Amino acid sequence: MSSTAQVHISDVQREREQYDRRQNLQSVATSIVSTLVLAFLVALGLHYAPGWPKVKESFFSGKYFAQAFPKVLQGLWLNLQVLFFAVIGVAILGTLLAMIRTSRSPFLFPLRALAQIYTTIMRGIPMIVVLYLIGFGIPGLAIFGRIPVALLGTVAVILSYSAYVAEVLRAGFEDVSPSQRASARSLGLTSGQTLRIVVIPQALRKVAPALMNDFISMQKDVGLISVLGAVDAVRAAQILVATSYNFTPYVVASVLFIATSVPFILLNDWYSNRLRKREQSGGMV
Amino acid sequence: MSITTSTPETGPEAPVLRLDQVRKSYGGNEVLKGISFDIRPHETVALLGPSGSGKSTLMKCINLLERVNDGQIWLGDTDITDPRVDRDRCRSRIGVVFQQFNLFPHMNVLKNVTLGAIKVHGVPKDQARERALELLDRIGMRQKANAYPDQLSGGQQQRVAIVRSLMTDPELLLLDEITSALDPMLVGEVLEMVSELTDKGTTILMATHEMGFAHHAADRIVLLLNGVIAENGSPRQVMDESENPRTKEFFSHFRSL
Repeated sequence: MSSTAQVHISDVQREREQYDRRQNLQSVATSIVSTLVLAFLVALGLHYAPGWPKVKESFFSGKYFAQAFPKVLQGLWLNLQVLFFAVIGVAILGTLLAMIRTSRSPFLFPLRALAQIYTTIMRGIPMIVVLYLIGFGIPGLAIFGRIPVALLGTVAVILSYSAYVAEVLRAGFEDVSPSQRASARSLGLTSGQTLRIVVIPQALRKVAPALMNDFISMQKDVGLISVLGAVDAVRAAQILVATSYNFTPYVVASVLFIATSVPFILLNDWYSNRLRKREQSGGMV
Repeated sequence: MSITTSTPETGPEAPVLRLDQVRKSYGGNEVLKGISFDIRPHETVALLGPSGSGKSTLMKCINLLERVNDGQIWLGDTDITDPRVDRDRCRSRIGVVFQQFNLFPHMNVLKNVTLGAIKVHGVPKDQARERALELLDRIGMRQKANAYPDQLSGGQQQRVAIVRSLMTDPELLLLDEITSALDPMLVGEVLEMVSELTDKGTTILMATHEMGFAHHAADRIVLLLNGVIAENGSPRQVMDESENPRTKEFFSHFRSL
């Protein structure tokens, strides 16, 4: 903005810059005032709500917070383990499904149809139903003996999220220009090599923000494995709530979940921004 | 063996590429209506014709990106239109340069250039690298080996694409309107590179709209009008001396330039 070289600035330009500065100040001032007003109104509303002291005590009690924190944190460790294996599983199964969905070979027709049915159904079923089906249905078959609930939960998360991720990846594969395939095939690369070396790396770049979004959502949904009885962060909180009738442990769990997802949310925002900047280097509108 | 309607010639002067009654249609629209011509070793053939005459379709058929509906295409003594033939292998014997360069945007110049040699021809990595750097050096782009395609000008990208197609010494080089997407300032550097290749004896089939260049660089002109070959002869015969009214009409559009 400021010209360090002190080149000649015309009066018109000086007037424009003054105008821009005024406009900037005005918008900063407006946002500060509106934030303060909103905060004030919320505080006022809570203060005059007749039940606020009770709500505050049962959700935001400092005493219960400190008490619950270590146990819930211990539960979170299970969530992270489940998340870790689920991410690997989803990456493999999702890619496989996307590859089948975008294949054109007539031999794969039955698989292609199955993959489409799978992604359609799996995206339609509520996650919690999938968890019940896998978590209680598989042991009910009595084939495998005792299976840890955390493992069953992980399987359910993988089955459910693969469907979403497969669709995102499929969109990415189809977004890579056909001329890229033509170019790769012309070099003599087989269709498999073309997919692996040329299409998938480019597709991943295009859909990275959408994939990150699914990852963040998955991070929170691994908390649902608590319905199977696995003692994760949510279950640990639930146990504490059941003994004390104070809901603060849930808030503890939420805070911990938010804390684990914040780095990835920031990473996602940063990466999307970078992509947008690179693609929109032409203009600012 | 497949039933052959024509048998390939053999010997040193046998054609590198031989098209025999090639037909191709999209839906009910016949784009190529029985195309036959040869390309001899070290020959540069310019394929001319207005947009929609079938030039690009013909290029795609030769490179097996499209299947012909009838006729045969021989590459050396392989009938590449035979469904039993290894199509990936046939493609690897032909170098192709496209109008839109089609470099891989996620790989740097060196990786773009060495990919085919390493993955298809099994050339050891450092050997491929060495050869790539040598070729890049010859076009003055060695220092761009680690640059990504979007950091290069169109002319530079196209020259890298040519190097990429040359890495494995293809029997035939297909150039598909390689200067059409370039701004006029950059056309020269690409055509100069093609001139050097013709001088060195690379066998080339190029579809182009650069009439002046075709006239001086090509050994032969094949003029395609509405999916049939209207002319096939030396640049002089076709561009200056032809009495065919449709040929004259086509070239008259370029006279004023």
